[in-house]
Amino acid sequence: MEITSLTAHEILHLLRSKQVSPTEVVTALARRIETVDPLLHAYLSYDLDRALAEAASVDVGLPLGGLPISIKDLISVKGHPCSCASKILEGYIAPYDATVISNLRAAGAIPFGRLNMDEFAMGSSTENSAFGPTKNPWDTTRTPGGSSGGSAAAVAADEAFAALGSDTGGSIRQPAALCGCVGLKPTYGRVSRFGLVAFASSLDQIGPLTKDIQDAALLMDFIAGLDKNDSTSLPEPVPKFSANLDKGVKGLKIGLPKEYFIEGLDPEVDRAVRIAVEYLEGLGAELLEISLPHTEHALSTYYIIAPAEASANLARFDGVRYGFRAAGSEGLIDHYGRTREEGFGAEVKRRVILGTYVLSSGYYDAYYLRAQKVRTLIRKDFAEAFEKVDVIACPTSPTPAFRLGERINDPLSMYLADAFTLAANMAGICGISLPCGFAELGGNRLPIGLQILGRELDELTILQAAYAYEQSTDWHKARPGVGGLVASG
Amino acid sequence: MSSTKLEVEYVAELARIKLTPEEVNTFRAQLEIVLQHVERLNQVDVSNVEPMAHSFPIYNVFRSDEPQESLDRQAALANAPRQAQGLFLVTKVVE
Repeated sequence: MEITSLTAHEILHLLRSKQVSPTEVVTALARRIETVDPLLHAYLSYDLDRALAEAASVDVGLPLGGLPISIKDLISVKGHPCSCASKILEGYIAPYDATVISNLRAAGAIPFGRLNMDEFAMGSSTENSAFGPTKNPWDTTRTPGGSSGGSAAAVAADEAFAALGSDTGGSIRQPAALCGCVGLKPTYGRVSRFGLVAFASSLDQIGPLTKDIQDAALLMDFIAGLDKNDSTSLPEPVPKFSANLDKGVKGLKIGLPKEYFIEGLDPEVDRAVRIAVEYLEGLGAELLEISLPHTEHALSTYYIIAPAEASANLARFDGVRYGFRAAGSEGLIDHYGRTREEGFGAEVKRRVILGTYVLSSGYYDAYYLRAQKVRTLIRKDFAEAFEKVDVIACPTSPTPAFRLGERINDPLSMYLADAFTLAANMAGICGISLPCGFAELGGNRLPIGLQILGRELDELTILQAAYAYEQSTDWHKARPGVGGLVASG
Repeated sequence: MSSTKLEVEYVAELARIKLTPEEVNTFRAQLEIVLQHVERLNQVDVSNVEPMAHSFPIYNVFRSDEPQESLDRQAALANAPRQAQGLFLVTKVVE
């Protein structure tokens, strides 16, 4: 058996009991990447020598001692590239560690490699990477979802033990669903954003993509918590997630929002998610139909607020202090215009223009201010629902993985891929996606994700519910046959 | 909400992004579809609704006004496309 097919907690057990060494783990991971990644392009780069040097001196007695964790290319790791899959940051080397990275390092983890993504996390298919798309390991003619498509594909194809991603409108949960792994978006403020390159600052959260629920909980144990370098991180106590998973769902009230089981939802997704929630009912949970009446307006609200914040955040890419600079410009304004013309890809330009427009004089009230008010209503929908239920269950994505190229020239259809995930970001609540079945499409099995949304700061309850489901099903053990190495189990 | 007549060239200039004529046409067509979708927000009654900029009401977070560790000059300049004498080189601003 290949050790790369193990989960993070399984490999940690072998490391602690000295059955494998950190060097062997890193070497096996690199070998797996060499085999599989030419087919998938989940990694933009990795520095094997550096990882081996860290492996040689790591203390396996630490809680994550010797565990390589792969990193989405917008989280700063000192000395590693951090390009956000953009030409404008090609060659940029991060001068400091993000707080999540310092925390993981302190626990003994080895930050490993740079995972592909949609440029600046803008996209739902990883096709917006300036360095070429990532392919879905279950069907390489399809996208892995996005924007954390490299993270999800790498975990699903056993070329990462666990990964970090970021989720602004579904960018962890949607690719996790499309690739058949676990993805958790923490409550806004639960995890520090220090060292995360900002896309939409009021929505962005870092979170884990993993092979199972235990691993997601384990990473959360170390990345969550107050950080003096992020004034929006929350001072609330952090439970030990991984030690408290086994609670079951007896008496848990699960809300099914009628607005999420609608026409346009893929029938196989609909069926798999309904079977999954009935299964949870069989384990002792109580199902209740609920309503989130402003759901239909979530997409529009998001595509005003996120581009508005992005247009402000991306103003920093000016070709002066870091990153790409266009040659031969005539004067300062020309320098900015050409640097950003050549440095940004099409989707980033589109969103910066859209965001600039909705914030511009004469349009601010009509678009941005109105969207901020609708955001209040969306948040209120969830607050009212959570008075009646403990968690909300629904599909993560309306469809299984779509084909490469299918939506790339139709931004609105691409945006609809996040229809079921982005409301959680606007409300600030937490959510998780976990495998709950497969759709049969064109002779291939494509994973389906069950999304469980929880109250703010209540990651523990959604992890417990997800764990109860996972422990009595086998979906999370299925692996794609990519690269000729099929995992056991 | 206002008309969807999006002047792409003007807005791109505000955003300091040069565009080719093809990009202007493509973005105009694509963004008008997005804006039409977005204008459904007009249907929502937002009277007496407070706007929300953040999920949680965090106001001011203070720390004592004392120097903290920060990047040294060399590290701060390491990624600069142009630098000289320990400074960032910028494009000429005055004629």
